[in-house]
Amino acid sequence: MMLNIAPADLQSVWLTLKLASVVTLLLLLIATPLAWWLAHSRRWYKGIIASLVALPLVLPPTVLGFYLLLLMGPHGVVGELTHALNLGRLPFTFAGLVIGSVLFSMPFAVQPIQNAFESIGKRPLEVAATLRASLLDQFFSVALPLARPGFLTAMILAFAHTVGEFGVVLMLGGNIDGETRVLSVAIYSHVEAMEYDAAHVLAGGMVLFSFVVLLGLYLLGGKEGKR
Amino acid sequence: MAIHAHFTLSHPNFSLDVKFQAPAVGVTALFGVSGSGKTTLLRCIAGLERATGSLSINDEIWQNERVFLPTHQRPLGYVFQEASLFPHLSVRANLEYGYKRIKPAERKVPLEQVVSWLGLEHLIARGDPAQLSGGERQRVAIGRALLTSPRILLMDEPLSALDSASKQEILPYLERLHRELAIPVLYVSHAMEEVTRLADHLVLLQQGKVIASGALHETLARLDLPLAAFDDAGSVIEARVAQHDEPYHLTRLDFSGGSLWVGKVNQALGMPVRARVLARDVSLATHAPQGSSITNILTARITELRDEGVDKVMVKLRVGDSHTLLSRITRRSRDHLQLLAGMEVFAQVKSVALM
Repeated sequence: MMLNIAPADLQSVWLTLKLASVVTLLLLLIATPLAWWLAHSRRWYKGIIASLVALPLVLPPTVLGFYLLLLMGPHGVVGELTHALNLGRLPFTFAGLVIGSVLFSMPFAVQPIQNAFESIGKRPLEVAATLRASLLDQFFSVALPLARPGFLTAMILAFAHTVGEFGVVLMLGGNIDGETRVLSVAIYSHVEAMEYDAAHVLAGGMVLFSFVVLLGLYLLGGKEGKR
Repeated sequence: MAIHAHFTLSHPNFSLDVKFQAPAVGVTALFGVSGSGKTTLLRCIAGLERATGSLSINDEIWQNERVFLPTHQRPLGYVFQEASLFPHLSVRANLEYGYKRIKPAERKVPLEQVVSWLGLEHLIARGDPAQLSGGERQRVAIGRALLTSPRILLMDEPLSALDSASKQEILPYLERLHRELAIPVLYVSHAMEEVTRLADHLVLLQQGKVIASGALHETLARLDLPLAAFDDAGSVIEARVAQHDEPYHLTRLDFSGGSLWVGKVNQALGMPVRARVLARDVSLATHAPQGSSITNILTARITELRDEGVDKVMVKLRVGDSHTLLSRITRRSRDHLQLLAGMEVFAQVKSVALM
């Protein structure tokens, strides 16, 4: 093997990709209606919702992780609920990581989609309505295809951001092999244990991955811009 | 068969309180200056704006106290100021967007007919709507709206965003639409030229209210409306091509009030044409003028006089059985000639614009 990567580290890579994929998928499902509402609503509490969604942008990840830990722990509201539903406890599990990551990456998914919806404006939807398209039809046949660049940006950002996440994971998931030890935590552990070679392989891989993501975004932006 | 509309709407800087009915045939122009509420009224009719009130088209209720049909359930076609073609769809897919969404049994306007009729073949071949000029895009938008086989076509200043060359390119299509399709049209405009060219019926709006509604030639010639004060106030005469004078490159148009010679018209004999005569181009004489260079002299009867400002008088004249001319003269001329309602005069028409 060219890269000397330990099976445990490989598992971390796999776990990270799994986490990022699940989170991206969930975020698309949650962020799309939320972004639509934020783009079109005129309610007074829209600003409050928008601020809450954007909060993870400015909040230290440890703060979010801390509160989530309390909330999902044995004495937290969510913790009691999951216990009552026989789902067990969420902290230190993969499911817990998913929830934490979804919340933490939310603004990265919502904002590009919201911007895309806003830049489409009302006119194309009105045109579609005069051409007999129902609301749902307008959404799928006009809004969604026109917002495609926004969705691509949202997906890439949400995925990349989840891959790179550290603070929330550490607070919420700890460092359990095969369950919650994602890449960033694995690198941290290697450094703590003075295993710099292993850390290099993972860290270098992250640098390469991040660069490819950004390059992809740039190329994509150029292509969309020319249309 | 009629359109009955009654809407009230109140915004902070704007209120709409309109009530009108119009025949559900031909072209009805909603005319007014910007801010008079004509676009808002059209949007209310389409259900894009929610106003309180009622609306029925040919006894079919689209809105009343209990009913509000959402836009996509109203069998209408809407042409916006900007063509608003879907950029993610090809020209063909744009045309078919509404067509696909109506039941096959309701597709009364065939695709091929609209395509050949609006000359869209080579536009479809170009594929991407971004490759089309403004006028071409608007033609596609009109086709797209027609393909939903609408029971009424709403047009919101479809020419105002176009340069005058594109306007001239589209107008013939609109006239054809007028002549060949049995779909009633509500046409919003602030351009008198378009209105006199296309409309049969005129609804006049001012500050969110309907101030007049009636047949085009009657409403245009009403002296009590602000229209009569326009610099380009005038009347419309429906005539037929009667004779071509090839050597002099002239054409004679006949109507019940007499005939008018105009510059050569490329229309076959017997074809209907619409002529617009501006009030400032009509002068009056009490005796048949001799040796005048003006060839178009019509006998007319004065039906109404109205002072206009300090120095002008607007004179309304009847020619033939049902035609009207307006003449703007000075107050001094009126007093000199002692013009009164009921008098017979000779109207000299200096210029006729063909629509």
